[in-house]
Amino acid sequence: MSDRLRVSGLSKAFGAVPVLTGIDLEVPAGGLTALLGRSGSGKTTLLRIIAGFGRADAGEVRVGDRDVTGMPSERRRIGYVTQDGNLFPHLTVAGNVTFGLPWRARRRRHRVEELLELVGLDPSYAGRLPHSLSGGEQQRVALARALAPEPDILLLDEPFSALDAELRSSTRRAVAATLRATRTTALLVTHDQSEAMSLADRVAVLRDGVVRQEGTARDVYLHPVDLDVAGFVGEIVDLPATFAGATAATPLGPVALREHAVGSGLAHVRPEQIEPAEDGTEAEVTDVELHGGFGVVRAKCGPVQVTARWPTHLLPQPGSVVRVRVRGAAVLASGEV
Amino acid sequence: MTERGVAGAGLRLPPLRAAVALAVAGLSVIPLWYVGSGLATAGGGFVDLVWRPRVGELLVNTVSLVVAVTAACLVIGVGAAWLVERTDLPLRPLWTVLNAAPLAIPAFVNSFGWSSLSPRFAGFGAAFLVTTLSYYPLVYLPAAAALRDTDPAFDEAARSLGCGPWRAFARITLPRLRPAALGGGLLVGLHLLAEFGAIQSLRFDTFTTAIYDQYQAYFGGTGATALASVLVLLCLVLLVAELRLAGRARLARVGSGSRRRPVPHRLGRGRLLAAAALLLLAVAALGVPLGRIGYWLVVSTSTAFPAAELARATASTVVLGLVGAAATTAAALPVAWLVVRRPGWASRLVERGTYIGHALPGIVVALALITVGIRYVPALYQSTTMLVVAYVTLFLPLALVGLRSALAQSPPELDEVGRTLGVGPGGILLRVTVPLVARGAGAGAALVFLAVVTELTSTLLLAPTGTRTLATQFWSESTAIHYGAAAPYALLMILVSAPMAYLLTREARA
Repeated sequence: MSDRLRVSGLSKAFGAVPVLTGIDLEVPAGGLTALLGRSGSGKTTLLRIIAGFGRADAGEVRVGDRDVTGMPSERRRIGYVTQDGNLFPHLTVAGNVTFGLPWRARRRRHRVEELLELVGLDPSYAGRLPHSLSGGEQQRVALARALAPEPDILLLDEPFSALDAELRSSTRRAVAATLRATRTTALLVTHDQSEAMSLADRVAVLRDGVVRQEGTARDVYLHPVDLDVAGFVGEIVDLPATFAGATAATPLGPVALREHAVGSGLAHVRPEQIEPAEDGTEAEVTDVELHGGFGVVRAKCGPVQVTARWPTHLLPQPGSVVRVRVRGAAVLASGEV
Repeated sequence: MTERGVAGAGLRLPPLRAAVALAVAGLSVIPLWYVGSGLATAGGGFVDLVWRPRVGELLVNTVSLVVAVTAACLVIGVGAAWLVERTDLPLRPLWTVLNAAPLAIPAFVNSFGWSSLSPRFAGFGAAFLVTTLSYYPLVYLPAAAALRDTDPAFDEAARSLGCGPWRAFARITLPRLRPAALGGGLLVGLHLLAEFGAIQSLRFDTFTTAIYDQYQAYFGGTGATALASVLVLLCLVLLVAELRLAGRARLARVGSGSRRRPVPHRLGRGRLLAAAALLLLAVAALGVPLGRIGYWLVVSTSTAFPAAELARATASTVVLGLVGAAATTAAALPVAWLVVRRPGWASRLVERGTYIGHALPGIVVALALITVGIRYVPALYQSTTMLVVAYVTLFLPLALVGLRSALAQSPPELDEVGRTLGVGPGGILLRVTVPLVARGAGAGAALVFLAVVTELTSTLLLAPTGTRTLATQFWSESTAIHYGAAAPYALLMILVSAPMAYLLTREARA
């Protein structure tokens, strides 16, 4: 059972360029939080400061009740899994996994087997060398190695980005299952919103050195704080709207608003909110793009271009006319409010 | 505390290591400084020393030998590499070994094999034959490696665009081979400029042999310095050429994509002819020297077999080899660290500096150390320390290459990961860095050991009186035409270097 991670007031500048400006972030004990940000948003810098490889200009890092801010990394009890795994090339899988254990514990075979089993690898892997493993297997070994000394916190720095698509999803599932089984507090850094949403209990969106929003994955998706976060965690459709208190009039009919508004502007909805409806507004289908089980429909409703996501069996022909409406409330409204 | 925690895994101390690296590089520049200061002190008189018919004669001899042998090595090396790697020649593994093996026989042993056949075997033709046979593997090895690494897809693309097999060879294979083959050719040139033993024993005069004679006659003096300066100039010409080539070679290297083995060209009836040609080459390069050593051993064992002398020479050779390898590796360590962990123009300069000593002939390095030693640290003159310093200067890059790639395989990320697992900087050094670097360091040290065991020129000049190595003993016996007495030393030299050479080839295959 591991501890809570709390970062407060963390700032860091490289020369005159500020990278992190007052980061506050809390990862609850036993939870998995994804730190989501575009490349260059400072997420790796933050992770390295937490791990003890970089030094913050201001702020502190606490693990449970311990202040680890000035501590050397080897005493922080914070595990770290990097993008490439960085397995020790001269050691076998067993040697890698037991690297962080005390000398006596390194010799116990069953501990290695236990750890390999934890990450879904066969015990027969113990004697193999890293170069004979696939990328996904290497990442699993790296995870087992990081978990072996039972760290209070585990940091994952884009651990799946070097893997191909198929391997990525299976490795993701294995990692998520392992983290849940060991109830390890983990912070995952990624630029992939679907990875963040599918794996994490909570998502923190980092932009311009500040955590813009932090909450459950569902909350961030459905109630983004601003247009930038909304666009980053998913696709959005902009509908011209006239606001009248709790609803807005749009070319696709009335749409509920979360907050009262008056005047005119744009109501932003998610593509999956635009549904086929017999009593809906007419729209001309310009393009259909199939993605297996679902498809993306692009249509014109007068001058307004809309994008919808429908199950494959409901997909219309390009050029046909469909009737659509918006289901649920707009995720955000913008304009002259 | 805070400072330490953040600084990273034991990477503080750059000033100290950088200073050591700089000192090592400085060592390599001593020969250049020696030639330069010789030029400066002699002033106008220097021109008279250089501008003599004798120097002109040496220049013609040296340049014509370098040009002729390099050309011959290119033809033989590339031809053999193509036959072995790209055709359906039978017994491929055998030819691979036989074409690399001549490197294990020092050129002065090879010349002994040939000249002991007939006393009239001497002069340009003899020197040309022996040095070509000794040095063509320097072209063969990189050419074969390049042919192995070149993706046959290029060749296939050319064929699909309507080129016949020969045009595809000329337009695709050959150009891609050029950097590797020319690099090997330049190496042949540098070796020839430095070659002393083989050429001296075949009674052909080049700058190196003339410098040696001058030194033996007058113990240094401006005459030897003047000749050395011309020799250094010739070396620099080749070095500049190599530098420019290395810049382009990087562009020509193939990516790490999947490589298939190309479909071998069918030689048809030419197979036997090709095999016969390679066999002839192996007999000339390996059979003659080995056969002659065997012959003289059998003929002379009845007369004299000085076991005690042999044992003493072997022991001092092995000790010098081990000490030289250890010292060179130790000196290469800070340089390698600087190059890998602190890349930039400064570290590149230091690295380049260490290559100068390797490219210069052993005789120039030895003369420079003698001159500098007598002037500034007379205690070192005629000491083993001085000899080891010469080995370090000459062979540093051999140790550097292995160390560099080994250090590159131990990136700082590994240190960081190790520390998040709760292991301190000392533990990381012992459990990660040292094991990772040891392999590369060992391979480099083995190369240095091999080079020291077969080194003749600077050992002849620098070894303290009474220190006899296998190479110097072999040299003094064979120049006195005591072929029978020389043979056991040659055999021992080959035996001492064989295990290391075997280890190295195994390493290369792994």
